[in-house]
Amino acid sequence: MNGTNLFKIALRALNNNKTRAFLTMLGIIIGVASVITMLAIGQGSKKSIQAQIAEMGSNMIMIHPGADMRGGVRQDPSAMQTLKLEDYYNIRDEGKYISAISPSVNSSGQLIYGSHNAPSTIYGVSQDYLTIRQLSVEDGDMFTDQDIQTSAKVCIVGKTVVDNLFPGGGDPVGKVIRFNSIPFRITGVLKSKGYNSMGMDQDDVILAPYTTIMKRILAITYLQGINCSAITEDMTDQAIEDITSILRRNHKLKEDADDDFTIRSQQELSSMMNSTTDLMTILLACIAGISLVVGGIGIMNIMYVSVTERTREIGLRMSVGARGIDILSQFLIEAILISVTGGVIGVILGVGASFAVKYIAHWPIFIQGWSVMLSFIVCTVTGIFFGWYPAKKAAALDPIEAIRYE
Amino acid sequence: MNKSIIELKDIKRNFKVGNEIVHALRGVSFTVREGEFVTIMGTSGSGKSTLLNILGCLDTPTSGEYLLDGVPVRAMGKNERARLRNHKIGFVFQSYNLLAKTTAVENVELPLMYNSRISASERKGRAVNALTAVGLGDRLMHKSNQMSGGQMQRVAIARALVNDPAVILADEATGNLDTRTSFEILVLFQKLHAEGRTIIFVTHNPEIAQYSSRNIVLRDGQIKEDKVNEHILSAAGALAALPVPAED
Repeated sequence: MNGTNLFKIALRALNNNKTRAFLTMLGIIIGVASVITMLAIGQGSKKSIQAQIAEMGSNMIMIHPGADMRGGVRQDPSAMQTLKLEDYYNIRDEGKYISAISPSVNSSGQLIYGSHNAPSTIYGVSQDYLTIRQLSVEDGDMFTDQDIQTSAKVCIVGKTVVDNLFPGGGDPVGKVIRFNSIPFRITGVLKSKGYNSMGMDQDDVILAPYTTIMKRILAITYLQGINCSAITEDMTDQAIEDITSILRRNHKLKEDADDDFTIRSQQELSSMMNSTTDLMTILLACIAGISLVVGGIGIMNIMYVSVTERTREIGLRMSVGARGIDILSQFLIEAILISVTGGVIGVILGVGASFAVKYIAHWPIFIQGWSVMLSFIVCTVTGIFFGWYPAKKAAALDPIEAIRYE
Repeated sequence: MNKSIIELKDIKRNFKVGNEIVHALRGVSFTVREGEFVTIMGTSGSGKSTLLNILGCLDTPTSGEYLLDGVPVRAMGKNERARLRNHKIGFVFQSYNLLAKTTAVENVELPLMYNSRISASERKGRAVNALTAVGLGDRLMHKSNQMSGGQMQRVAIARALVNDPAVILADEATGNLDTRTSFEILVLFQKLHAEGRTIIFVTHNPEIAQYSSRNIVLRDGQIKEDKVNEHILSAAGALAALPVPAED
């Protein structure tokens, strides 16, 4: 008995029962298709969140004055005055893994232009801020070094601010708006970035020289924070270490003293988001995997019934010289053919459904090679696993009884 | 003297039913030589089915010796017997046992499918020859559900012939057929006999014995009668003598 003949025998048997074979396949088709689609959706949302984080600057490092204890009372970090301009200068000049750095101070207030007004937050930053947050100026120009040195009352604004203050259209560049009674001349408009993954409007922003905000609005000499970019994402950890040692030296902290500042990186956020989406993907895949198992049980069901129904056929095959192993192989090959064919159709359907989701529901999808391979392997294994028992039963039949089975 | 195809020496077969032991065969001995057409007759319960199962290597005797074409069968394992059936035996059953929705050629090819030494083209050729030999050369591609009972039994006979067996075992091969078709099948068996084939035909119908060359009668698991038929009737003659069915 050779494999080719067994294959032919199984193929002929399936061919005689096309409808039954197809119905059996249906479970596998749905199972595989849903595994692929679910994984595509899961991976797609992961990719899109990763892209959004990258858009915010995946190598961004944020330094805040650390929560400090005074007499056992933990203080509000924004009230801390431990970060100084000196720190900013030192990190800028000495930091080895930093590609861009900007101080950060901000103040909330009401924006007014003519008869229009809107609440917003004004950020005091340096020019590097654009690099760090991956912003770009669409109209006009960024403010200059000279503006920073002279604490000039200039600003650049985001799209939402423009929409709020200039609802009738018109070029905002060169116009003077007021932030709480202090006039600012608009030098440029930022390119729109839309909402980020946490629902924050990234266009509702006004950027002004940090010196202006510190001196003219807040009247403070300390910084509320420092933002910087590591040269690459991989250097984030080294950069954090480097900054920590500079700040500890500047703040004259003793060896055993806690940091009086906090450093966070976008990397932490990104790994947190990744673990969330990974969990979601696993969940989706599990649900889809269950349908694959149910499909497999469908195969077992039909094969089992089929063995009973085909008892005489099995008896005949045995009486003309089929050995137990031949019968076992035949039924196993039938089960595998059903599951593999179902798998192929399922892969096609799953990929199709993924693209349907992409174009109709506009969800981000991403089909990974391994997810297709995995579901294919799983359905083949399912075929062998669930085909084994009925095949074993068929092979164990007594030809004398089987041939006369009514 | 022709060589012996089947040699049974004191074959006994016991079955355990509950706590009782049923003696289905109680010491059966006979020899069938090449080219004989033997009918084995007996009422139900006489042990003829058990004997057929043993002759067909589907079952093994409890004691005694069985040589098929010189090969001792009793000590053989399942797989060896399957091989032996594949090479040396052709079965014809009462209810044809064709594969459903399968063409005549594919049905006849079946025994050769389990013989890896035969190529696909040889298999096809032999199946077509066997079908031509039973008079179905013009119905090669008919499916089993498109054929009459007589045609299906012819396909089954072709399937029994295709592996060129040492012996053809027929189990009530005319049992499901009307008188006319039964005679047509008997004509075919007599033709095969004339060509030198060895045939064992198990039946409970005493009429059929008149068309064979030897008749063995079983009763209660023993041979009651074993005699050579000196006056073999011609099935073709009997068929011609039948009234022609009215055309409707």
